[in-house]
Amino acid sequence: MSWWSRLLRRARMEEQLEKELQFHLDEHERALLDRGQSTEEARRKARIALGGPEQVKEQCRDARGTRWMEELLQDARHALRTFRQKPGFLIVTLLILTLGIGGTTVMFAVVNSVLLRPLAFPQPDRLITLHGFMKDLGEFWGFSYPDFTDVSQEAKSLKIAGWAYSSGTITAPGNPEHVEARQISADLFSVLRIAPEYGRSFRTTEDRLGAAPVAIISYDLWRRRFASDRGLSSASLDFDGRTYEVVGVAPPNFQLSGEADLYTPLGQSSDTRMRNREARFLQVFARLEPKASVQQAQAELTLAAHGLAEEYPKSDAGLGMRIHPLLEELVSDVSGTLWLLLAAIGVVLLIACVNIASLFLTRAISRERELAMRAAIGASRGRLVRQCITESAVLGLCGGLLGVAAAVVSVHPFVSLWPGALPRAEQIHIDARVLCFGVGVSVLCGLLFGLTPALRVPMQSLEEALRAGGRGVSGNSSRVQSPFVIAEIALAFVLLVSAGMLGRTLVRLSALNPGFDAHNVLAARFALSPKVLDNPAQIRSAWRDVLDRARRVPDVEFAALADTIPMREGEDVLPYRTQASPLPPNEEPLALASSVSPDYLKVMGIPLLAGRFFTDGDREGSQRVIVVDQNFAQHAFGDRDAVGQTIWSSAMGNAPLQIIGVVGHVRHWGLAGDEQSSVRAEMYYPFAQVPDRLLHFFSSVMSITFRTRSSPLSIVQPLQRELRGTAGDQTLYEVRTMEELVRASLARQRFLSLLFGIFAGMALLLATIGVYGVLAYVTGQRTSEIGVRMALGANVRNIMRLVLSQGLKMTFAGLMLGILGASAAARALQHLVPGTHAADGVSFAIMAPVLFIAAFLASFFPARRASKVDPVKALREE
Amino acid sequence: MPELKSDLPQGTLDLLILKATAVEPVHGYAIAQRLEQVSRGIVKVPEGSLYPALHRLENRGYLAADWKKTETGREAKFYKLTRKGRKQLETERASWQRLSEAVALILQMADGGTR
Repeated sequence: MSWWSRLLRRARMEEQLEKELQFHLDEHERALLDRGQSTEEARRKARIALGGPEQVKEQCRDARGTRWMEELLQDARHALRTFRQKPGFLIVTLLILTLGIGGTTVMFAVVNSVLLRPLAFPQPDRLITLHGFMKDLGEFWGFSYPDFTDVSQEAKSLKIAGWAYSSGTITAPGNPEHVEARQISADLFSVLRIAPEYGRSFRTTEDRLGAAPVAIISYDLWRRRFASDRGLSSASLDFDGRTYEVVGVAPPNFQLSGEADLYTPLGQSSDTRMRNREARFLQVFARLEPKASVQQAQAELTLAAHGLAEEYPKSDAGLGMRIHPLLEELVSDVSGTLWLLLAAIGVVLLIACVNIASLFLTRAISRERELAMRAAIGASRGRLVRQCITESAVLGLCGGLLGVAAAVVSVHPFVSLWPGALPRAEQIHIDARVLCFGVGVSVLCGLLFGLTPALRVPMQSLEEALRAGGRGVSGNSSRVQSPFVIAEIALAFVLLVSAGMLGRTLVRLSALNPGFDAHNVLAARFALSPKVLDNPAQIRSAWRDVLDRARRVPDVEFAALADTIPMREGEDVLPYRTQASPLPPNEEPLALASSVSPDYLKVMGIPLLAGRFFTDGDREGSQRVIVVDQNFAQHAFGDRDAVGQTIWSSAMGNAPLQIIGVVGHVRHWGLAGDEQSSVRAEMYYPFAQVPDRLLHFFSSVMSITFRTRSSPLSIVQPLQRELRGTAGDQTLYEVRTMEELVRASLARQRFLSLLFGIFAGMALLLATIGVYGVLAYVTGQRTSEIGVRMALGANVRNIMRLVLSQGLKMTFAGLMLGILGASAAARALQHLVPGTHAADGVSFAIMAPVLFIAAFLASFFPARRASKVDPVKALREE
Repeated sequence: MPELKSDLPQGTLDLLILKATAVEPVHGYAIAQRLEQVSRGIVKVPEGSLYPALHRLENRGYLAADWKKTETGREAKFYKLTRKGRKQLETERASWQRLSEAVALILQMADGGTR
């Protein structure tokens, strides 16, 4: 019979044991009767020979090997009975545990899916990403196309793939639709070792100029526009004025830094940037060839970079290359925040455990006499310790199961609340590892709050405990519990200060002036009809026409073009110099550049500080002009007047650019991020002066901004109608109000301060309950002592002071430890959340009294109760 | 009749039980009887320890148990040596043999000239 069946068939085993022993007795009795003894005598002798039947049975049960399990079940049943007697205690602890374990499990599920699980490609640990590096610029992700092809050929230990963002309008089949697209190198799919869902990936022969246009479409687009038709042989689509043959469908959920609907061969692109070594627009990743090591690859890349630097010093002087795991790159943006949240909720859980441990300890102390009694009548110490731990483990497991269930339900709603894009969000789910984590954490919690009471099981001072009658031991009980309370207060203070810092940062950042008037402003990208894009003159007149039509829409006050929009993704950083002769490469200062039309200043409400802004007179062929912001003026010219000065930029054709005006600084990088960004100087140049050869490219990135008289979103429909164009193939997309963009630039701070606020509130509540629980218990235990003190002449004040000082001493110690912890947390926050300052004494100064007052109130009520003890009654109870 | 019975040395009960069950299935009372008879009444099986020992040996897989009818028609639990138990019996028997020979050797040691 196997071990567990012996356990499960316990009742039958008992019955058989009884039967076996009875048989023995009967046989022995019969034998004695046969020898002529009396019935009485025979029975007596047989029984004496066997010994006490219960002892024999007990030994037989021990021999079964299931003993500990039976005891465990017995203890568990006992624990459940005890909990049933105190449903309030049970409900409160379960609730705390469910919240703590549930929250921790949700955060771990996100961390696990986003940060820990390998990428969903074969041999994901062989995938790496390539970054460029220059001493002055630091590390950057972009590669130019010529550099990319050179490096691909030279690095033998790597199979390299590259891709670039693009976008365009699909005009057939179906209605015109602007879609995100990617230009990819031919072997991108094979580097990832994935195959298209249907069809094939690009051939090397298709990845070059002049090859027949082919495209791979997203799974989503395939369903949307081709009704999941598998007969792709004849499928084609019109994209930005060219007809592409559809050769494949990408796997569902396939992404390259965000969703895209169309993939085209990179090498077919005829953009001028493809030939420019300084245009670093390609994202590059690679797979290590079998047997190649990371060191080997790094050595090859360093060599290749040196070669490029020597051969093309103008663009590549000082170029270096670095490699990182691909996964690290994909999640680098959120990993800090995710770990931070996991740590914070972990602290809440820790406080919850400490709190429950202290409650258990309280119970254990009051049960000291019961345990001593059980020890006296023969229970072993191990048995009693086991019983204590079983009780808490049962509770921990119940809380854990509830918590994991709560996590399963709430992980997806939580992810949907995440501000902005969470990479790999579609892969988040509760897997076996998360379940193990949840159960493991709950078992750990159970042990944590069961172990301390268990270790107090009395053994040596048995007699003392029994004689004390449950009173005399109270003297040391507060000493045992105070470490718990101190820990709770310290941890709660860490969370309070963190929440305070985040909250203050949010308030401070929200009050900042973005540099423009966000009210009633709309910004949207716009795709011109592909038909006009081949002729620069047509492009210029098309844009003029679009602006004229937009102004005719009712409630549109001003309309202007801009290639970049503050606080929206995408910016153009260009080098400039204040002298005509070129500087050594990479020594030129950088500025954010925006190409705009004359009404831009009025649309955005940016203040003009000196000189003038552009007019329709600043056109192609007239004096090249430029407007800078106050940071630029300060940085480049100091106290001198910037208006009238001339600057040059290699990126703008090295022609002299005359500064005609100075405007206010715009927080382009967001309310939070602007101060920490490295490039804060801004310059504007007229879209009308963009040279003809660049017009096609510029037209693909231009946006239109509108200042409206009424709610900006109400004019989107009329605008779309008005701007469709004669062929009906022009469309506004990525439509945002500036207020949305401003709010979104603080979304992460808002999200974090909300969560930390909740965590800190929970921590404060738990710590307060902890202080109250311990003091209420301790004073209850000391009733007779207090009675004696009063009988000897202590007054109400003395007694109150006695209890209060005990509470405040613990609070003070906790606070001291908390300050240390909070300073460490503050440094971590400053590192992880843009806009926070570690030296935020105010948060410390506000939160310390908050915690102190809470702790004072928590000690006040037990103190008052103690002061109302009637000495006569208290002494009589003795 | 004077009681000339010896206490069993520690650990020998298991060996004797294994031996007693080696021939045919046998129940607990019969084991006690058989051990007493074969040893001509010298070995007195401590009945209180017999059953825990039987259960322990069954638990370790040295004995297999079965409920069967006795000659008198009553149901009893019969124990039978398993293959694993037979091996264990051989090991324990050999070790006992060695031990008893060693003890005998020591006891035969000359007593310093008294003889």
